[in-house]
Amino acid sequence: MATIAEHDTSMTTRRGAFRRPTATTGWVSWLTTVDHKKIGILYFVTAFFFFLVGGIEALLIRVQLMRPEMEFLTADQYNQIFTMHGLTMIFFAVMPLGAAFFNYLLPLQVGARDVAFPRLNALSYWVFLAAGIYIYSGIFLGGLPDGGWFNYAPLNIIGPNPGDLLDAGSPVAEHVGRMVLYSVGLQIAGIASLASSLNFIVTILNMRAPGMTLMRMPIFTWMMFITSFLILFAMPVIGIALWQLLFDVRFGTNFFNPAGGGDPILWQHMFWIFGHPEVYILILPAFGIVSEILPVFSRKPLFGYTAMVFSGIAIAFLGWGVWAHHMFAAGLGPVANSAFGLSTMFIAVPTGVKIFNWLGTLWGGRIRLTTPLLFATGLVGMFTIGGLSGVTHAVVPHDYQQTDTYYIVAHFHYVLFGGAIFGLFAGTYFWFPKVTGRLLNESLGKIHFVLMFIGFNLTFGPMHILGLWGMPRRIYTYADGMGWNFWNMVETVGAFIIALGILVFMVNLFTSARRGAVAGNDPWDARTLEWLTTSPPPPHNYDMVPTVTSRDELWHRKYVGEGESPPVRVPAGASTDHDPADAAAPHQTLPAHGPGHEGHESIHMPSPSYYPLVAAVGMPIMGWGVMLGGAMQVALLVLGGLITFAGLFGWVLEPSAEETH
Amino acid sequence: MATQTSDMAAPLPGSSDYEHATSLGLANDKLAIWGLIGSECLFFGALISTYLIYQGRTGDGPTPAAIFDIPFTSASTFILLMSSLGMVLALAAIQANEMRKFRAWILATALMGSTFLAGQIYEFSVFVAEGFKLTTSPFSSSFFVLTGFHGFHVAFGILMLVSLWIASMMGRIPQRLHTTVENVGLYWHFVDIVWIIIFTAVYLIPAATSAAAQ
Repeated sequence: MATIAEHDTSMTTRRGAFRRPTATTGWVSWLTTVDHKKIGILYFVTAFFFFLVGGIEALLIRVQLMRPEMEFLTADQYNQIFTMHGLTMIFFAVMPLGAAFFNYLLPLQVGARDVAFPRLNALSYWVFLAAGIYIYSGIFLGGLPDGGWFNYAPLNIIGPNPGDLLDAGSPVAEHVGRMVLYSVGLQIAGIASLASSLNFIVTILNMRAPGMTLMRMPIFTWMMFITSFLILFAMPVIGIALWQLLFDVRFGTNFFNPAGGGDPILWQHMFWIFGHPEVYILILPAFGIVSEILPVFSRKPLFGYTAMVFSGIAIAFLGWGVWAHHMFAAGLGPVANSAFGLSTMFIAVPTGVKIFNWLGTLWGGRIRLTTPLLFATGLVGMFTIGGLSGVTHAVVPHDYQQTDTYYIVAHFHYVLFGGAIFGLFAGTYFWFPKVTGRLLNESLGKIHFVLMFIGFNLTFGPMHILGLWGMPRRIYTYADGMGWNFWNMVETVGAFIIALGILVFMVNLFTSARRGAVAGNDPWDARTLEWLTTSPPPPHNYDMVPTVTSRDELWHRKYVGEGESPPVRVPAGASTDHDPADAAAPHQTLPAHGPGHEGHESIHMPSPSYYPLVAAVGMPIMGWGVMLGGAMQVALLVLGGLITFAGLFGWVLEPSAEETH
Repeated sequence: MATQTSDMAAPLPGSSDYEHATSLGLANDKLAIWGLIGSECLFFGALISTYLIYQGRTGDGPTPAAIFDIPFTSASTFILLMSSLGMVLALAAIQANEMRKFRAWILATALMGSTFLAGQIYEFSVFVAEGFKLTTSPFSSSFFVLTGFHGFHVAFGILMLVSLWIASMMGRIPQRLHTTVENVGLYWHFVDIVWIIIFTAVYLIPAATSAAAQ
């Protein structure tokens, strides 16, 4: 058996300010970890926390809208809360939950020991956390962003105010402060996403196990690959728009301010050139998860794997050419509106291909109705409803009627909640046993699903009706006698049923992590590589790196039989590269090291490091500096800059893995 | 993967965070730099698009033809382009293990970059003195933010070049450096190429169109 080269504490080298950390347990190990599995868990826990925060904000919104003319929240509080609900769910819940799955599963699915740049991976996590803390620090600094997640110009341009933004009693300073939080907070979050997307792209291209060609990769890995490219190209566009916004409110430039000759529509273009690919960044990971789960519980290979891959690529590609369908009401003219209406209809085609392939996967399968499958089919159904209402936006005159109403709110919650969140829960139930070694409770899981499904449809279904009856979005209250009272009450009840479902899930999570049924390596009789190793996997993932010979590698190691004949389980020991002597890891026989290596004891894992954390700490400090005036501004900018640079220099000068002696 | 290591003449030093050959045969960090450059194209694309939209919106301020000093900027552009030659020679030197030559060329490259940057700072101060400020018009805002953003990239590149020089003076192993030098070089060349596009779109085309109009 190969053993990981653990570092002997006596040989740690001192390098710069820090002794090289060596702990593998305890809180220091979490602060310094570069292990993709621990980073994945950190991502999940943090993003789930933000999901709860965003959920509480949603409940506050629903309480305020429960009855007409409620005074539960003021207009100002409502604006901050609905804005932060959107920002939190998109940038701090769904995107990082996707990243949690990417981190944990990507190296396991491609048969690698870690990602290509383990310390960069740690940096991504810490920067993401820093961004979340920074943007929520507005609670203590004069208020949270309040212009909606899209933050349209010229609503966002008040000021400029080059002075101290914490100057109490100045409404302009307060508003500019909120815009700075929005601009700088999302910039920092964008750095985290960019770094992790580069990391995943390089890992997928370069770190695949022998024999794993691109078209043998698990479909979830493919969706990660496509999502990473979308992040890589979408983030810079919003990054520049955010810089321009910052310059407008802080230094008085004229990018989006019509009073100075700027064009507010430019902000809309820049925002949606990022914003539309962003919605595919949110949904494609969930598509990947569902495409892994449906074959396992139908006991059939994924129907039309190649079509699934290419429809994913087509969605990502077309996703760049549809942004102006968010702007039909802005008056771009009939030619632009028709062109973007057409391209929006086109994008429904690859999405439809995916839905029919999922149905084809289920069709004729031997279906096991487990919780992951329930959530996965939930996605297929709910996303289809959301997708169909999306096509109705492509009809320009129809969109004039819907735009800025609750119909739009209904649409994007059907695709993002009914789509992305259902998919992410499906993935949580599916991979929880791999992460913890224990299964989540199935009965509680089914109760969770039923509550979520009913609550979700009660909350967002009636929004279609309210929207078509003319109820506008983003209003903090509404008059009695509009005919909106009943459905608003139903929506609020639905929101609390969702909250109950989430509570059941949390109970399940905490009890099953301790007392759940022991899972074993492969509890679902699954098809992809990650189920080959132990649950939870060892730090180095695989004792022997597996050699891949087919698409559903693990399935083909377990069963023979193709086509119409039912699969026959391979008797233990008969698999092609099985080594009967190695009972602990029966499928992993390829040596991890070729000739020329001294065999077993040389799996060399990257060492933990403090520097990603140090580099991340400087960023929000610089961000707070932007909000202050005078000497304090310079002081915080310099301090934050020095901390980040010190972190980066320490990082460059330390080797990624300490030498073992 | 690890089993392929024996196929390679030598493992790529510093090519990845830990030892093994890669699926594509291209070093991990070089691939990441190419990815970063792809992303940077969109950064500059967004900035250049904004500039192209706003170059005609001069308000009460100067027009492009009135403010730009084409001969001066051409000279600093030439110096920046020559710095790419310096970078190529520095990489060739370290690959040939000629460390003295490497140090000379890497310093020369940093110096040419600094000259360009100094020219940009001078140009900005002249513009401000002539009443062409960040807040004058959408044209001035988009000009300063675009060229300033590029200047920041050049400054970051100079920081990396000087760091490489210091690292080589401290006697870090040349073999480990040489892929790093190549990566820094990729970034440096990219920043140069972007400047060619900026110089054409920002300075030459507006100057030429206004000359044709006269």
